Order: sequence, then structure tokens, then C-alpha cells
Amino acid sequence: MGAPVELTVNGKRIRYDGDPEQPLLWVLRDEFGLTGSKFGCGIGVCGACTVHVDGKAQRSCVTPIGSMQKRNVTTIEGLSPDATHAVQRAWLEEDVPQCGYCQAGQIMAVADLLRQIPNPSDEDIDRLHSNICRCGTYYRMRKAIHRAAHYLSEES
Amino acid sequence: MDGAIVSRRQFLQVSLTATGALMLGFNLSRGEQAAAAADLNTFVRIEPDGATIIGISQPDMGQGMYTTMSMLVAEELDADWSRVTTRPLPLMLMLDDQGAIAWKVVPQGAGGSTSVVDLFRPLREFGARARRLLLRAAAAEWQVPLAELATEPGVVVHRASGRRAPYAELAARAATLEPDGEEPQLKAPKDFRLIGKDVQAKALSEVVTGRAKYGIDVQMPGMRYAVIARCPFFDGGLIDFDDTETRKIKGVLDVVIIPGPEPGAPSTTLATGIAVVADSTWAAMKGRDALEIRWDEGAYRNETTSSLDQACQAALDKGEGEVVRNDGDFDAVIDSSTQTVTRRYRLPYVHHATLEPQNCYADFRSDRCTVIGPMQMPSGASRLIAHLTGLDRMAIDVQMTRLGGGFGRRLESDYAAEAVLVSKAAGLPVKVTWTREDDMARDVLRPGGWHELTAAVGESGLPQAWRHRVASPSKYYRRAGATLWESEIYTDDPPAGLVEHLRYEYFSMDSGAWRGSWRAPAHTANAFTVQSFIDELANETGQDPLEFRLKLLGAARELPYSNHGGPTWNPGRLAEVLRVAAREAGWGRKLPDGEGVGIAGHFTFGGYVAWVAHVKVDNAGSLSVLKLTGAVDCGLAVNPNGVRAQMEGGACDALSTALGEELSIEGGRHRETNFHQYRLMRIDQSPRTIDVHIVAGSAEPTGLGEPPVPPLAPALTNAIFAATGKRIRHLPIADQLKANV
Repeated sequence: MGAPVELTVNGKRIRYDGDPEQPLLWVLRDEFGLTGSKFGCGIGVCGACTVHVDGKAQRSCVTPIGSMQKRNVTTIEGLSPDATHAVQRAWLEEDVPQCGYCQAGQIMAVADLLRQIPNPSDEDIDRLHSNICRCGTYYRMRKAIHRAAHYLSEES
Repeated sequence: MDGAIVSRRQFLQVSLTATGALMLGFNLSRGEQAAAAADLNTFVRIEPDGATIIGISQPDMGQGMYTTMSMLVAEELDADWSRVTTRPLPLMLMLDDQGAIAWKVVPQGAGGSTSVVDLFRPLREFGARARRLLLRAAAAEWQVPLAELATEPGVVVHRASGRRAPYAELAARAATLEPDGEEPQLKAPKDFRLIGKDVQAKALSEVVTGRAKYGIDVQMPGMRYAVIARCPFFDGGLIDFDDTETRKIKGVLDVVIIPGPEPGAPSTTLATGIAVVADSTWAAMKGRDALEIRWDEGAYRNETTSSLDQACQAALDKGEGEVVRNDGDFDAVIDSSTQTVTRRYRLPYVHHATLEPQNCYADFRSDRCTVIGPMQMPSGASRLIAHLTGLDRMAIDVQMTRLGGGFGRRLESDYAAEAVLVSKAAGLPVKVTWTREDDMARDVLRPGGWHELTAAVGESGLPQAWRHRVASPSKYYRRAGATLWESEIYTDDPPAGLVEHLRYEYFSMDSGAWRGSWRAPAHTANAFTVQSFIDELANETGQDPLEFRLKLLGAARELPYSNHGGPTWNPGRLAEVLRVAAREAGWGRKLPDGEGVGIAGHFTFGGYVAWVAHVKVDNAGSLSVLKLTGAVDCGLAVNPNGVRAQMEGGACDALSTALGEELSIEGGRHRETNFHQYRLMRIDQSPRTIDVHIVAGSAEPTGLGEPPVPPLAPALTNAIFAATGKRIRHLPIADQLKANV
């Protein structure tokens, strides 16, 4: 085993001293009980496991915990205390989720997308948003992304 | 079993908790422990602060049960919707008077788009009885006649005196009343406050904050984690294995063998496997990677996708399948016809690919068992577990979590049975998690196959004779005593009843692949082939595809429909959704070069759906779906917002499937291993606009989990034909447009 990994998860300092190869996703889920980040593919393709590392979207299923030394991780549980982040509000307002399994990852990815491009065009969304929704909620998701951009512009 | 339900939902069961909450359940009989049963069976709980918690008996996999079911109860209870929350109920079984297993309260499960049909009356009657009890409590409290009382959401009111009492204040009195057994008075539709209105989905905030619990999220005291190395070969088996290295891995606790079904036997688990039990999912996965296994590749080791394709075509070439419907004299009309058309279409095997892979928690003890997981058919899990372990079914506690997608995959119970077998063998409570590779390698596929359609078109421009031949393996995989064609051809599907001389034939094809129900089962294949062929006939004879369909369907009338979704169907209702979709899409207008619109409609499990697809194909053969316009008649739309959601999602699912989904077979096993190979649609290919119109064709609701799916693929390929002149007869579309530029 390598040296202990010290990281911050949702504002809390965490120390991990297990297998450094273990993906961040499984550490979050099995060891810290943060099950909001979902396992979908394990190869970084579907995006259900998306979290923020130092503010940027990252697919935690292909992120070894050993690479998280001194990093700051935010999961869906830490995005806002009470579903008040602009993306969460937009998701509720547009009634996006069906089964809901992918939605935490979608929301985390979109939060980062809007950080990069505050007012994305449909083409920007097509180019940059690649998370899979098996229920096919893309139509409402697109509307919710635009709505979230609007909320963020009001907030700033 | 149905008889038992009716007799047992006559009365309410009422009780008060220590904290003053009113609990309302369906009445149970024969000395059941009221206190013990009450909580499990509580459909409505009204807290002292007015919060109203409605129990949900059906699995929710995205089809909106949390919302629809609570609406039905809340409507007749006249609950304050803003204070309504939901909670899942476990599987509730009982022994009936003959000692046989029966539903304790309502049938529980999700398949065939039946939940809203089955529950529309019982849940409303339950709500109405609960409301009546609260009215009686107020009448007793205020000493006024019952008839002078009314309700507003969450409140009983006495207009004459101006008195008002929130339901919660009446709880103590209500709990002392014996339900009077009066027939419940249901609201007239004009008085609905919720039903028929756009209602936002319940329990969404837990989804957007990550608090919603799916099966894969289950964590229980003492729980260990397991993954299983399963034999990937159809009818394969285990030769031997070596777990020396596995047992050296830190965190690995045990390695146990999970027996699979014998070749040819009805399935229990899907395959023989070796389970690695560990103190984390990661350790279990690492332990599994270290196993050395030799598999017996089984009798289907040479099966490939192309071998099945060739066998299906050879069967059609030979002709003479099993005749499963035969009206008039097809052969005579064809022989004398001057214009006959024959076309063949090809459907691939498709995979469920639920985004939450299969998983289940089980805690097996010698005399009982607890199972928690994402199940569409919890009673099936209970039955299979009893069969495999010998446990009494009443000693098996089955709890359904949210489902991260279902689409028919979780009608099967193999993953629940496996978890129980692992728990039993290891002597530990375990959660078995399937990786994506595990899930891709073993699924119950929607059968692929080849269809041949032949028609003779008469002077009227309508088909006078019609033959539909289906060559495919049956969805009824290893189902003892099943009539194989029944899962692939629904004999009353149109154009049966619309064309005088008609024959449906089935050619049963052998395949080792595991098969099962995939969202609207055979309707997806048959709607594609029939609606494509109708389009081809219209084009061959120079008729407008919409007008041709309307003429074929004819006037509104009830025709017999013996398959699921019957007992009748109405061509007029199908014609109406086609008309509405076409009108709203601007059918018939001139489009720029490279663009086209296509239409298709289908009757699925009681619901009528039509889609118009508007597509653009550029010079490089790149396809864009610009807009989908849909019309749906599901009778009474309980929640129009939910209806639109199912239409939009169903369309995207069907579009994704048509564009790129195929599970191919190679060497007697699945070829695609993960989402980099099995291509699910992303937002960039999804239509920018999906415009849904609701047509109310009757006063009773029908379910909508499945009906939006079947007509989408043919609407799409018909639009591609209109745009390019290229007829897509083989799914998925994949790169067929590009190859032909």
C-alpha cells in the first residue's frame, strides 16, 4: 500500500490508506457512504460517476484514489446543501429525471459545463455534454441546461 | 388471485401511532397482527403536522409510479398535494383461505404497461374510503350530519357553521371509528383537482441531490460485497478454476460456486458462476480478476450474428412456416393479382443496458431471507428464491428499491436468486454488484430476426391480401410448455381485421442467446416491419403515406383483440392519432432538399401512438432528426406531464435503438462488452424538439411505459426514405446511409 491519501470531500478532510489503485468512485460509495455518484460503465464513458475535482468535472470511476492527494472533491451530495444550485433548480423546474440514475452525473457535468461556458448554444451542448441517459430525457435536459444558464446569469 | 384482492380491499384498516399519526391501510383479515401489519400495509399516513405519506406498492423504474399512484390516492382523499410525500412498500403476500399464496393488498409488479390500468380504481376507492372516514370523524366531533360536510385539500369543512378541521386534527377521532363498509363515492371527473392536470413528478429532490436510493446503493449492517465471474457462453459451464491468487488479495473473504441451470433447462440464474466475496466492491473485483477459470464453451460455441441472419433468411427462402392466423384465401388472391409486393426486413438482437447494472442484496438465514434490490417483478423473485432454497415464501422478505431503468430486464429474477445463493454459500449478508461488462455479457435480449411481408394491392389502392412471415427465436427462452410464436406474433395486430385475405406465419429459429422482454416486446419488431411495408406499398402505388394509412384503417369501430391490451382495439383511434400528429407536424408542406418527414402509428397494450419524424440527411450521409411530433391516446391522461415525459423518453429510447443498438453474437457469446461498443444515443443525436399532443379517446387510463416506442423507428426510416429515396430495411441504421452516398 502507498502513503495515505489526504483529500477533501464535500468540505470534509478525509484520510484514506487503502489500495491507491481503487477508483475514487468506489471509495466514495463503499467507504464514505456517498452513494449519489453512480456506477454505470467503469470505463469513463457514460458519466454517471461524474464528480468535481478542484472544481472541474471528472469521471470518478477511472480516477485512482492515489491521484487525489490534497485534492478537493465535490460530489452531488455537496453541490448544494438543499437542491438550490442553479442546475438542480432547473432540473426540478423542467422535471427532467425519469429513473433518475444518471442524473447526479448529468447535473455535475452540466454545472462544470456552465462554469466553462456560461451561456452555451445548442451546438456547445452537443459538443461538450456526453453523459448517457438511458431513459432518454435529453429533450428536457437541454431545456434545463438553458434554464440553469439563465438562473446563473441572474445570480451573478 | 384476483378474487382475493376484491374481497380484501372492501374495508380500511385504521390505527393511530404513539406520535398521533393516522395510519390507513387496506384491511386484512384472519387474526393478522394489526400492529405488525399496519406499518407495512400503510398506504396513507397522516402526520400530526399534516404531512401525508403515501405508500407506493409498484416498482418505479422511471415510468412515474411515485407520482401517478400518489395522485390517485390523493385525488379521492382530497389530500393537500403540496404536503404529500411517498415511500416505497415491500412485496406484500399472504396465504389465502385455501393456504395458497395470494396478493395481500394489490398485485405488485411493473410490466406490460398495466400499473395505472390495474390501480386506477382500487387506489381511488381507497382514497375515497379514507376521506369518508375523516368526514365521519368530523361529523361526530361537531355533531352535524355527514351530508353537510365537504373537503378542501387536507381539510374537512362545515360550510353552514364555518368550521374547519385539518385532517391531522381528526386523526384521533378517526382512529376510533369502525369503517362502515359503504360503497366509496368517487369524484366526478369535473371535480378532479389532480387527475388530468400537469403534475410535477414526486420525490425529485432526492434524485437531484443524490439521496435517492437504488439497489446498488443498499448498505446494511454487516453487509459484504460480491462480484461473480459468470460463464459467458450460452449453455456453457465450468470445467475448473483456481482461486489461489484470489484468496491472497487483501479484503477477499471467500470464493463460492454458484450453480447455473443445466443446458436446456428453464433458467434460474443465467449462468454458472464463481462469486468472490470481499469487504469492498473493489477488493471483490480485484479478487475476481485473479481467478484462473476454464469454461466449457457449450453447444452454441459456433453461433454468430451472421449464422442466425443466414438461418432466418434460409427459413424464409424455404417458406411454409407455422400458420398462426389465416383469414380468407391468401394464395388465391396473390395468384390472381397483377400487383404484388414482397419485402424483407431485419431486426437485431438488442440489449436492455439499464444504466444501473444488475445488483441485489441478500441476507439468507436458515429459516428466512431478506432480499433488497431493483426489481420489476418482486413476486417472481420470491417464487424463484423459494424454489432454489426451499424456504417458505412467507419467510422471504422482498423489498424493492428504485430501479435505475428496467425496460423488461428486471422482470427476470436471476440476479436476486444469485445474491441469495451467494449469501447462503458464504453465510454472510452480501450485495452482489454486476460490472458493466458482466451486464453486457448476460442479458435477456429482445429477439432479432427476419420478417418477410407480401401484399397484393387491388384496384382500390388497398391491400387485398397480406402475408407476414416472422423468422426469429422466441422471447420465450427455455419456458416450459410455452407456445413459441405467441411471443413474436400478436395475431390480432393490424392489419388483421383490415385486410380480408391475411396470413401470419412463424418460423421458429434456434439460438442459444438468453432472451426476454424488452420494452413493448414484439411490438417493436412488428411495428417496424408493418409500418415500413405500409409505407412501401403507398409509395409503390403512388399514394400519400398518411392517406393510405387512414384509408386502410377506416372508420372508428371496435375490433376484437385477444392479445394483451384488448379485448378490443379501435382503428378510428389509431387514425385519429395519425391525423393529429400529421396536422401538428405540418404534413404535406414542401421541405428543402435533403429533408423529409415520415409517419407511423401503432396500437400497443391498450394505447395508441403516432409519430412524425422530420429528418435531414446531408451529402455525406449524416442524419439529423430535426423534430419529432407525437400524438398519443392513452384514454384518460392521469398526469399529462408524465404522459409527455414517457412519450419524449420512449421516442429517444426507440431512436437510440434504431440508430445504433445491436448486440451481436460471436463464438456463442455476446460480443459488445461495454458502452464504447454498445452505442447508446447521447444528447447530440437527440432531437431538438419533441412536440407531444394528447388525444383523449376514452375515460379510463392505459399505461404508457411502452406504447411510445414501437412506431418511432418506422416513422424515422420512412422519413429517411422521404428525404433520400433510400429505404432502410435493416436495423440498426448504423452507417447504412453513409455507405451509400
